[in-house]
Amino acid sequence: MSATEKDINAHLHTQSAGVIWDKVFKGTSFAFAAMVLIVMLAIMVMLFKEAWPTFAHFGFSFLYTSEWDVVNDKFGALVPIVGTLVTSLIAILIGVPVSFGIAIFISLMAPSWLKRPIGIAIELLAAVPSIIYGMWGLFYFAPWFANTIQPFMTENLGGVPFIGQFFQGPPIGVSIFTAGFVLAIMIIPFIASIMRDMFDVVPTALKESAYAMGSTTWEVVWKVILPYTKAGVIGGIMLGLGRAMGETMAVAFVVGNSLELNTGLFYPGATIASTMANEFNEASGLHMSSLIALGFMLFVITFLVLSLAKWFLLRLEKSQQGDET
Amino acid sequence: MTTQTMTDQTQPENSGMGFKMANALKQTEERTKLLEKKDSVRLVDSPRLDIRDLSFFYGKFKALHNINMQIPDKQVTAFIGPSGCGKSTLLRIFNRIFDLYPGQRTEGQILLDNNDILSSKVDVNMLRAKIGMVFQKPTPFPMSIYDNVAFGVRLYENLSKSELNDRVEWALQRAALWGEVSDKLNQSGAALSGGQQQRLCIARGIAVKPEVLLLDEPTSALDPISTTKIEELVHELKSDFTIAIVTHNMQQAARVSDYTAFMYLGKLVEYDHTDIIFTNPGRKETEDYITGRFG
Repeated sequence: MSATEKDINAHLHTQSAGVIWDKVFKGTSFAFAAMVLIVMLAIMVMLFKEAWPTFAHFGFSFLYTSEWDVVNDKFGALVPIVGTLVTSLIAILIGVPVSFGIAIFISLMAPSWLKRPIGIAIELLAAVPSIIYGMWGLFYFAPWFANTIQPFMTENLGGVPFIGQFFQGPPIGVSIFTAGFVLAIMIIPFIASIMRDMFDVVPTALKESAYAMGSTTWEVVWKVILPYTKAGVIGGIMLGLGRAMGETMAVAFVVGNSLELNTGLFYPGATIASTMANEFNEASGLHMSSLIALGFMLFVITFLVLSLAKWFLLRLEKSQQGDET
Repeated sequence: MTTQTMTDQTQPENSGMGFKMANALKQTEERTKLLEKKDSVRLVDSPRLDIRDLSFFYGKFKALHNINMQIPDKQVTAFIGPSGCGKSTLLRIFNRIFDLYPGQRTEGQILLDNNDILSSKVDVNMLRAKIGMVFQKPTPFPMSIYDNVAFGVRLYENLSKSELNDRVEWALQRAALWGEVSDKLNQSGAALSGGQQQRLCIARGIAVKPEVLLLDEPTSALDPISTTKIEELVHELKSDFTIAIVTHNMQQAARVSDYTAFMYLGKLVEYDHTDIIFTNPGRKETEDYITGRFG
């Protein structure tokens, strides 16, 4: 074998080793990715199997009846399902505008010496454990809210036709509204830091062009930056929404844990996660099955909400692309 | 109109063979006339922008040193010079886009219709409606082609739907883009090719009927065919608008402009009729730069 041949062989050899490693790499990556699907499926199967006695016993009435009677083994999930949706909705309604303001300020307006401190503070807030928010909500926010804001709102909004009924409830502080508010504070750091990251990657030239057209900052943000980043911004909001719907500890502290149906936002209520956390210890039989059915419903609701968001985003993109491309 | 005939004659030569050919024209009669004229009268008869003793600072760094020049009305003025010479910086002062960045400031005056546009009393947004700008990379806004062009008009004018339609069509016609997009005005501006996007940005800029149009290296991200289209467009547009163009491409400056300013290290080295700058520059630095000896 000549020297050249050896060289070529050696070269071929290293190349084939590279090819093998590439295959191994591809295989492991695929395995990890597949694990996501497997875990999700496994959870769904487990939840459904454990929840089956409840579904078999109550059928669809489980979803729309509000009676939750442990003693007589009668279970309806309406109160926790509504509670989950309403608290999350309140959290989003309060949290999104605030996060938007924070992100716009950091990304566009803050002087450079202030950008980093605020950015770091937001990331630190995102890392605070939820039980801290729960305790703060219960011991500080709820009493203050019950004594000041709530009477004010009941007095001024409680008499308004139709929406007045939402602003009723005993002045005890723990309520659906309190839970929504605490959730808002918890998700603001998430949404704000995602929005800030999105706004930061908007090309400088695009921002400058918008300003160069004579736009005010508000017009630049509303007409150019927001449409440009909408996919990421909506993604961030969805992440926050997901967190709000699944949050357990903080909500269990401040929601009041009452499984009675009320229209007033200031009445104590319950969410799916808080109900599960509170009742797991003493549950067995149909009660346990019903709690797991609640968990399954949370899964379904989260999935529906995320799909809805994706669908909405696609529609938004289509309407912008025009009818034909 | 001496300048006009001169430009028309030199243009094919310049675009074809470059400066050697341009140098061959040195002894033409027109140019001699120009040189005579230069000595007898002011360079710019009807200035649109009058720049007086303008300096610019990035924090403590002085990026522009006491610039004095006049940008002629309804002509094309090109700014050339090596990277970092301050030509883009100068352009960005005309519409005060530098205002966005704290720490950047000016000294001196720029008069537009006898008002100092650098005064703190000026409504910057109204100023930017009068002085439009097109950037190096095409920057279509994330909206339809129609909305892109209507963007500025909607900010400043309250037009009826049909008036707005007419304005959008007018701007797209002037930007030589109407024929290519008239049947897809509802499509996203981002779906166009790079050259089309840049013409869209020009249409967006002229839709508000500004007095001055600033072009900051408008073709440096484009292919040769798109570049030619933009250059033709610049030539077309100067009947309506005063145009200032920054370019690092000297042939382009020679092709499209009536006046050329050569800048170096933050100073205005020479400013004259484009033909004179490229055929008989008055300063050694200018000659070295346009003949490619440095830059």
